[in-house]
Amino acid sequence: MAISINDLNSEQIDVLKEIGNIGAGNAITALSKMVSKRIDMNVPKVNIVEFKEVAELVGGPEKIVSGIYFNVSGDISGSIMFLMDNNSSRTLINWLMSKNETSMEFDEIEVSALKEIGNILAGSYLSSISTLTGLKMTVSIPSLAIDMAGAIMSVPVILFGQVGDHVLLIETDFIEGLNRVKGNFFLIPDEKSFEILLKSLGVI
Amino acid sequence: MADIIKVGMADMNCVYPPNTLVTLGLGSCVGVCLYDRETKVSGMVHVMLPYSHQIKNNSNLAKFADTGISKLLNDMIVMGAKKSRIISKVAGGAQMFNFNDSSDIMRIGARNVQAVKETLKNLNIPLISEDTGGSYGRTIEFYSETGMLLVKTIGYGTKWI
Repeated sequence: MAISINDLNSEQIDVLKEIGNIGAGNAITALSKMVSKRIDMNVPKVNIVEFKEVAELVGGPEKIVSGIYFNVSGDISGSIMFLMDNNSSRTLINWLMSKNETSMEFDEIEVSALKEIGNILAGSYLSSISTLTGLKMTVSIPSLAIDMAGAIMSVPVILFGQVGDHVLLIETDFIEGLNRVKGNFFLIPDEKSFEILLKSLGVI
Repeated sequence: MADIIKVGMADMNCVYPPNTLVTLGLGSCVGVCLYDRETKVSGMVHVMLPYSHQIKNNSNLAKFADTGISKLLNDMIVMGAKKSRIISKVAGGAQMFNFNDSSDIMRIGARNVQAVKETLKNLNIPLISEDTGGSYGRTIEFYSETGMLLVKTIGYGTKWI
């Protein structure tokens, strides 16, 4: 019997939260080094939400957001998605490229910078999971879409939707001075991998 | 005064004229609109996955192309629509993210569109027009008074189908 996200007990949720925490910590360290700035974060919020609510959480289904998407393969397989609004994308690009832009249009180099940031963040999360579980996994090259939140969210929601009606969402705020980046991180192991993941964390 | 009725993900609704059905931010999901040309009874279902029998957790009928369209048709008949007069319009089914090694799971938009078309064909419902595929999201508005479907995108224009 495969585990569904709806059936998680509080201990399992706590472990997943802790992964979110450590992953975000690693991601912040990597990001700080990359942009040579001191970046802080809030304690990540890990939520299990009904998929109907997800688009509302990021500002409504028609809000324009950036989604960076990765395939994961290895001992566990699935996908990872990093989602943020375009203000946050602009802030990240400005950090990385030492710019002071305000435009919400991104040129080719900026899009590529955004993908690279996504790469580093995803890599940090994955390596923390790897360290904790001993599972090996590799991540694909990133794919980026800038579009309506509802449309972008449909991808992880459909992937999750085959296992249940809820998604696992890790929200992390990155803060530097007055700038704040609100990142939404979706970890989407496929049906079998979810069980492997929980087993290797010793909570099943 | 026409009401605007929102249809969420894996959700469906039917209305009498002059009301309008709306789905915001369709991505790989497919919006299927059914319309009785005479009574103008209109229905919309926001389909997430192709077939209910492929998935264990299939209690929500609106989530799947096969069960969603059948249920919508039945609901519309209860509201006074007649099956022989019903036509359909379809939008959505985009591939939001592109990978070189496109696995089945990433092609879910195309698979959804295919399942919708097969289901409509099995039910003998004519497909009048469609705006499917691509790599961008769509907001759709279905006007029961005219049977016209408005498709709005970001950066890819707006059209009536």
